[in-house]
Amino acid sequence: MAELHQTAAHAEHDHKPHGWRRWVFATNHKDIGTMYLIAAATMFLIGGLAAMAIRAQLFKSGMKLFDPTMFNSLTTMHGLIMIFGAIMPAWVGLANWMIPLQIGAPDMALPRLNNLSFWILPFAFTLMLASFFVPGGAVAGGWTMYPPLMQQFGAAFPMLIFAIHLMGISSILGAINVIVTIMNLRAPGMTLLRMPLFVWTWLITAYLLIAVMPVLAGAVTMQLTDHFFGTSFFNAAGGGDPVLFLHVFWFFGHPEVYILILPAFGIISEIIPTFSRKPLFGYEAMVYATASIAFLSFIVWGHHMFTVGMPVAAQLFFMLSTMLIAVPTGVKVFNWVATMWRGSLSFEPPMLFAVAFLFLFSIGGFSGLMLALVPSDYQYHGTYFVVAHFHYVLVPGAVFAIFGGVYYWLPKWSGRMYDMRLAKWHFWLSVIFVNVLFFPQHFLGLAGMPRRIPDYAPQFTDWNMVSSIGGFIFGASQVLFPYIVIKCIRSGKPIEANSPWDGAHGLEWELPCPAPYHSWQTPPTEAMLAHGAEH
Amino acid sequence: MKRARLGRLLGSSVLGLAGRLPLAWGASGWDELNMPRGVTSASKSIYALHMMALWVCVGIAVVVFGVMIWSLIFHRKSRGAVPDVTLTHSTKVEVVWTTVPVLILVGMAIPAARLLVKINNNTDPQVNIRVTGFQWGWRYQYLGTTVSVISKISASSNAASQLHSGIRPTSVPHYLLSVDHQVVVPVGEKVRLLITSIDVIHSWWVPDLGVKRDAIPGYINEASFTIAADRPGTYRGQCTELCGRGHAYMPIVVRAVTPAAYQAWLKKHSSPRARRPRTPRQRP
Ligand SMILES: [Cu+2]
Repeated sequence: MAELHQTAAHAEHDHKPHGWRRWVFATNHKDIGTMYLIAAATMFLIGGLAAMAIRAQLFKSGMKLFDPTMFNSLTTMHGLIMIFGAIMPAWVGLANWMIPLQIGAPDMALPRLNNLSFWILPFAFTLMLASFFVPGGAVAGGWTMYPPLMQQFGAAFPMLIFAIHLMGISSILGAINVIVTIMNLRAPGMTLLRMPLFVWTWLITAYLLIAVMPVLAGAVTMQLTDHFFGTSFFNAAGGGDPVLFLHVFWFFGHPEVYILILPAFGIISEIIPTFSRKPLFGYEAMVYATASIAFLSFIVWGHHMFTVGMPVAAQLFFMLSTMLIAVPTGVKVFNWVATMWRGSLSFEPPMLFAVAFLFLFSIGGFSGLMLALVPSDYQYHGTYFVVAHFHYVLVPGAVFAIFGGVYYWLPKWSGRMYDMRLAKWHFWLSVIFVNVLFFPQHFLGLAGMPRRIPDYAPQFTDWNMVSSIGGFIFGASQVLFPYIVIKCIRSGKPIEANSPWDGAHGLEWELPCPAPYHSWQTPPTEAMLAHGAEH
Repeated sequence: MKRARLGRLLGSSVLGLAGRLPLAWGASGWDELNMPRGVTSASKSIYALHMMALWVCVGIAVVVFGVMIWSLIFHRKSRGAVPDVTLTHSTKVEVVWTTVPVLILVGMAIPAARLLVKINNNTDPQVNIRVTGFQWGWRYQYLGTTVSVISKISASSNAASQLHSGIRPTSVPHYLLSVDHQVVVPVGEKVRLLITSIDVIHSWWVPDLGVKRDAIPGYINEASFTIAADRPGTYRGQCTELCGRGHAYMPIVVRAVTPAAYQAWLKKHSSPRARRPRTPRQRP
């Protein structure tokens, strides 16, 4: 390991390539991380525009802005864009930026692989978005792509499947890189149980990715051969089984949910101790809780399909295994609360987002627990209650954690401080209107409004209007985010110290701001490690 | 001009919203916020389970959020709070917050499991109906009779739902929730549905009956319900599995009548001589 660091030190010439070559041939973890984050922000914007269109159509009963098929395309593509285009690349971008900094490595272990895994994405995204413009329009069968409905779409269908293949390859390569980096490039003395939790949660996420992305690829490939090569994997008329797809898809789909949220747990575990000025409570319990959540995520997929008519024993099993996830998740929440307890709290933007995460992710967890109870799920399934549930987990959950992470580390990346006042505006607008947007959807679902419908009975109008108004303001306030970031990079106040946060611990804060182009050219000293690993 | 229209639309919407909101909170308004109790023992038990789970969650939230809010108020740096950096681990507390949730979960799982087994009992039905979903409607065949009902969205809802219809949804009775031919069932008798599909996956859901079951090609799913004898009436629901462009336009309307009226209806619509079951005419 020391050898590696020396090689890196020797190889250090500060001649980073300039112009477009720096980006196209990028091998530097920071450059690649930046590109990932820009790509994620772009897709977040596009997926957000689709969401605005959806909320406009649902503004009132009888509103007919879009043809029903176009509406279905919008919901389908909104889901796929946000999951595969926005949240996942944002996590990979943050991993690229932070993992080498946090474990005392000079760069990611496999820089060229890193370049490939990023540059696959623009092609995948283009293929996916271009499917809007082919005859018949984009796939309109929901992001879950259930057959036989999925088989009814035209040229967009193979385009989407190839896009998923590409994004899957990209994710697997990214995950391999993360695992190899964490396993091999940790600085001397950075033992596994000294690693920051963001690194830990990403390590576990990377294993999840490698385990389930091939499953998704297999499932969609079987749909492809059903469509073009006359196989009958999911075609009942040919002796196949549509429910098989549901099983395979959700075997991917549930771990996928944790791929989207585990890195968020990591970030929250970094931010809360910093702004509580107190070490994280129960560090080891956090690691074990993350690992048990990851393990359990493989045996709960059936809870997405309680209404397909599984045997009662299977429904019972999936109900109990799902409820069990509440235990490690609870441990995590309690640990965060205990970290704040008797701390010395201050509320800079990262902490504001982290605190909102704690409250609102918990609400998503509560509705998740309710959804786990099979008899109740018979009523909730396929309604806006489910939509409310997973948006609470993903928007004030995953997305708020991404915002928190960016506001936490942006000074380290840019060497400048952003406009705190504007960032607080961004926070308050987001946190208020995310609730106006999603909370009423619980009511709509309970009152009987199915999800994925372009029009609804008049009695659902009131809460849909509230939700849409919340959505428009929430959407509009997100424009602040790129503005704040760009303004910070261009004209933010330069930071002299290594850390703008007085309570921050971790190797990344032992480096100057901005972090040098090649992160750790000499391994951190034991004193730095000891200071960093104060958990 | 466009802007003026948009302005008017927004204005009328906001006013409409303000006017209707008190209703939403009013006497009948709870229905708009919560799951219906329904008219079968299953739907009532599900409602009870749902409320139990909801209050358990509220209870946990009060405790956890209470502690958090306490910290947010009293352990602020600006109030001069000094961090207790030694507070990083406590086996006692950690054992408590692992075991207490387990006990709560067990307490929720037991009634849920009991109810699950109970409502999945499809034995000894008195009426058997095969339900077939298609793009976009439902076909109901009364097994052991020649009666068959093909049920699609009502003409008035269909007309209003067209792209440039200009018909206000509120002017249509039960917009998107009315059909041309209702499925008729007796109250007080156990009705078993055998649910399938001829094309894509659909899902048959009537909230008041507490029944939601997917209609899947190649599968015959079972579900059953018994409507309380004192609750004849019309119960409405929708397809709950995305099934293409007509997904929002394949409602389900169940008319529950007394057993005598049911028998009379059945007799009236069965056609012993017809080779194929005939679709009865009904009022929408
Ligand atoms: Cu349907």
